[in-house]
Amino acid sequence: MTTYDAIVIGGGHNGLVAAAYLARAGRRVLVLERRERVGGAAVSEQVFPGFTYSVYSYVVSLLRPEIIRDLDLPRHGLHVLPLDSTVTPLSNGDYFAQWGDPDQHRRELFRHSARDVEAYEEFGRLMHFMARAVKPILGMVAPDPASLSPRDLLGLLHVGRHVRSLGSERFHALYKLMTMSAADYLDEWFETEPLKATKSASGIIGTFLGPRSPGTAYVLLHHYMGEIDGVFRAWGFAKGGTGALSEAIAGAARAAGAEIRTSASVDRILIADGRAMGVVLEGGDEIRARLVVSGADPRRTFIDLVGEQHLPDDFVAAIRRFKFRGSSGKVNLALGELPDFTCLPGVGPHLRGAFSISPSIAYLERAYDDAKYGEFSRRPYMDIVIPSMIDPGMAPPGKHVMSIFVQYAPYRLNGGWTDAKREAFGDAVIDTLSEYAPNLKSAILHRQVITPADIERVAGLAEGNIFHGELSLQQLFFLRPAPAWSRYRTPIRALYQCGSGTHPGGGIMGGPGRLAALTILRDRA
Amino acid sequence: MLKTTPFHERTAALCVSHAWRRWAGYVVASSYELQHDREYHAIRSSAALLDISPLYKYLVRGPDAARLLDRVVTRDVGRAAVGQVLYTPWCDAAGKVLDDGTVARLEERVFRLTSADPNLGWLEANATGLDVDVADVSESTVALALQGPRSREILGQACDGSVPPLSYFRVATATLRDVPVTISRTGYTGDLGYEIWIDAAQALAAWDALIDVGTGYGITPAGILALDVARIEAGLMLLDVDYISARKALREGQKSSPFELGLGWAVALGKERFLGKAALAAESARGPEWEFVGVEVEWNSLERLYANVGLAPRVPTAAWRMSVPLYANGSQQIGYATSGCWSPLLKKYIALAHVRSRWAKPGTAVEMEITVEHVRRRAAARVVRKPFFDPERKRA
Repeated sequence: MTTYDAIVIGGGHNGLVAAAYLARAGRRVLVLERRERVGGAAVSEQVFPGFTYSVYSYVVSLLRPEIIRDLDLPRHGLHVLPLDSTVTPLSNGDYFAQWGDPDQHRRELFRHSARDVEAYEEFGRLMHFMARAVKPILGMVAPDPASLSPRDLLGLLHVGRHVRSLGSERFHALYKLMTMSAADYLDEWFETEPLKATKSASGIIGTFLGPRSPGTAYVLLHHYMGEIDGVFRAWGFAKGGTGALSEAIAGAARAAGAEIRTSASVDRILIADGRAMGVVLEGGDEIRARLVVSGADPRRTFIDLVGEQHLPDDFVAAIRRFKFRGSSGKVNLALGELPDFTCLPGVGPHLRGAFSISPSIAYLERAYDDAKYGEFSRRPYMDIVIPSMIDPGMAPPGKHVMSIFVQYAPYRLNGGWTDAKREAFGDAVIDTLSEYAPNLKSAILHRQVITPADIERVAGLAEGNIFHGELSLQQLFFLRPAPAWSRYRTPIRALYQCGSGTHPGGGIMGGPGRLAALTILRDRA
Repeated sequence: MLKTTPFHERTAALCVSHAWRRWAGYVVASSYELQHDREYHAIRSSAALLDISPLYKYLVRGPDAARLLDRVVTRDVGRAAVGQVLYTPWCDAAGKVLDDGTVARLEERVFRLTSADPNLGWLEANATGLDVDVADVSESTVALALQGPRSREILGQACDGSVPPLSYFRVATATLRDVPVTISRTGYTGDLGYEIWIDAAQALAAWDALIDVGTGYGITPAGILALDVARIEAGLMLLDVDYISARKALREGQKSSPFELGLGWAVALGKERFLGKAALAAESARGPEWEFVGVEVEWNSLERLYANVGLAPRVPTAAWRMSVPLYANGSQQIGYATSGCWSPLLKKYIALAHVRSRWAKPGTAVEMEITVEHVRRRAAARVVRKPFFDPERKRA
């Protein structure tokens, strides 16, 4: 029987990153992916012939540049194309745009508020310092303030020094950022409603919170994080869709010697004497390895694959408390022609950027109200891109694909998700968007609607949470996914975690996969 | 007055940035859009259309055409097949490079030479006693570069099947819509790409046809700023930037031999005679003093230099063209970089550099001067193989 040094459960982007790093260090690695293709939530599929959808995850957020360099991903086909602008259409027929070019951006903001132009500069400067204070935490294994181990103490000292270097004024700002709602925080700075709404939308993505919920301000920081981090133009679109990114990482892993098996679903993790020995596949085949790394989310890893009987009670309780609460869905469209936005008619550079349906804070909060009481938003928040405008290869020449991220679509819908509810949800999305782009309905050749229940069923993410657990403050850093177990290790010896449910969290970042691999290599040097 | 190319009517309408620059006495777009990023990404992800008409072009015809070119350039033109294109430098009698360009064998006795500087006089002066006609077609022939992964599909569509499958560095005639053109599988980007040679009178018709067909494939007019990043990634040098023509050098040290520019592979010492042969044979035997290499700045080192002054690392937003000192062993200057950029694709800070030969081996640790907050610092770097980016599609 072949023995591997490591089995990675799940061929999502973090699992593949971990596998590539382990294989590069000379370890014999086997990746087991349940589906017929790698990528997990980062997959490209031709659901409708000739049109490629990034079915779930659709933008590259903070993919760490050192991963791109270390794994030589451009040689394996990765090309991240810039997403330059965000246009927020307004109900009065006007729009608010955030352009990539700084002069153009200032002019546009000036059109809405002469004061906000100055505030924007100051805000950016402050957030830059905040991001610098928090950034070292993202790049390192999260130190646990309750631990007295030298590594944690050193890590805390490191973070502490940064925070102290902020000075009191900025420290206070950081404190506000950690505790306030995005809406309240932005209210202190700006008067342009769609600016506040569109910015605060980034604080609610993937959470079951609204822009007025405390703690949502922190996520605003993530957008500035990239800029100070050598990620320059952090938000982008992977040529060929997010699946092409997964394929590039898989290519790098294979080139380093990793073996990747698809259509290989893990039934459980083999455990003997509190130690992971390998896995049992659905169908009963056993594969042994010196260690097992799970890229699955914490619930699936511990409750489903390990089993409560092998775990300490307090740990099981913490994992059970870990909040998923999927709150978003996705609509993918194949279009015969481009959408014609009333606010910016015709074809232009705006169609190469994002569209945000977030005209006001009140609009977003109202969308949240529906979800609070168990319904999908009648008029939801949407983040829209037209991938074929950025990479024409996503659709036949002259045709287009549109990706619509939609919030809120609660996992626990009143009465549960049914086919009829899914279609009604899709209709609400299309109806709302058609108010801003009236030709949309007639342009649609094919529509794919994805609910949190679908995300759970197909991509395997618990409750359809796109981040493997909410990115809310009480579930970040040293608390992700459970107190005392934030550092990729688990109560089971030789079992590690490498998914988005670990620090630094979700989005196509690769951070968890890389840090998990580095932790494993240090533990088992 | 600066000249405009025959494409100006189209390019001017597209140039919303109003960012123009000079190229060989012509005005061409630096970037069409406010920022050049997207034009760069088009080169690597879809297709970019570049007006390269300012290149100097010569038609060399006659029974002794190959013989003349073989006298002048360092590569073996006589052995080139009809339909083949050679990239080559050419030298003075002392084996120092005057210019570099391409030689396309259009017919058995017809060649087109492209160059960065004027070369008519030099060709004529070396044609004594040969039965050959040299014509300067710089103005009557215009050129567009169509570069990027989807350039093949666009050309296939636009030429309606009249373009044969062209291998890397091959040239053929074709009809672009109704415009007779020659198309070479060449370029200055290190990507899959073509250069299209057109009669000046038909310039706009050719441009329109390409844009029309290419729009569905993401064709993007691109300027020199985008091209500059791509050519650095491709490890391709530029006259007057990375080296000085021996014709213009004011002192010996300013001149370079092909070996010193990494073009040893393009020197056919087996040829009977060519300008500079004796000097080049001698240099080949003893090895060059300098080499032209790729340099990659270590990110962590750059980040530290900025962190020391409380700043996040910065990288240039566009390619730079200046002389930047390189050091090794502490204080010893061992060379200088002449072009550099942040590669948006590779996420690396890269440069092209001249280094003394003993420091030219890939992997050699060096330091590059970086000015951080007005103070000269040194970032750790290492010598790496060129090109920095070399996709399979370039030759496939």
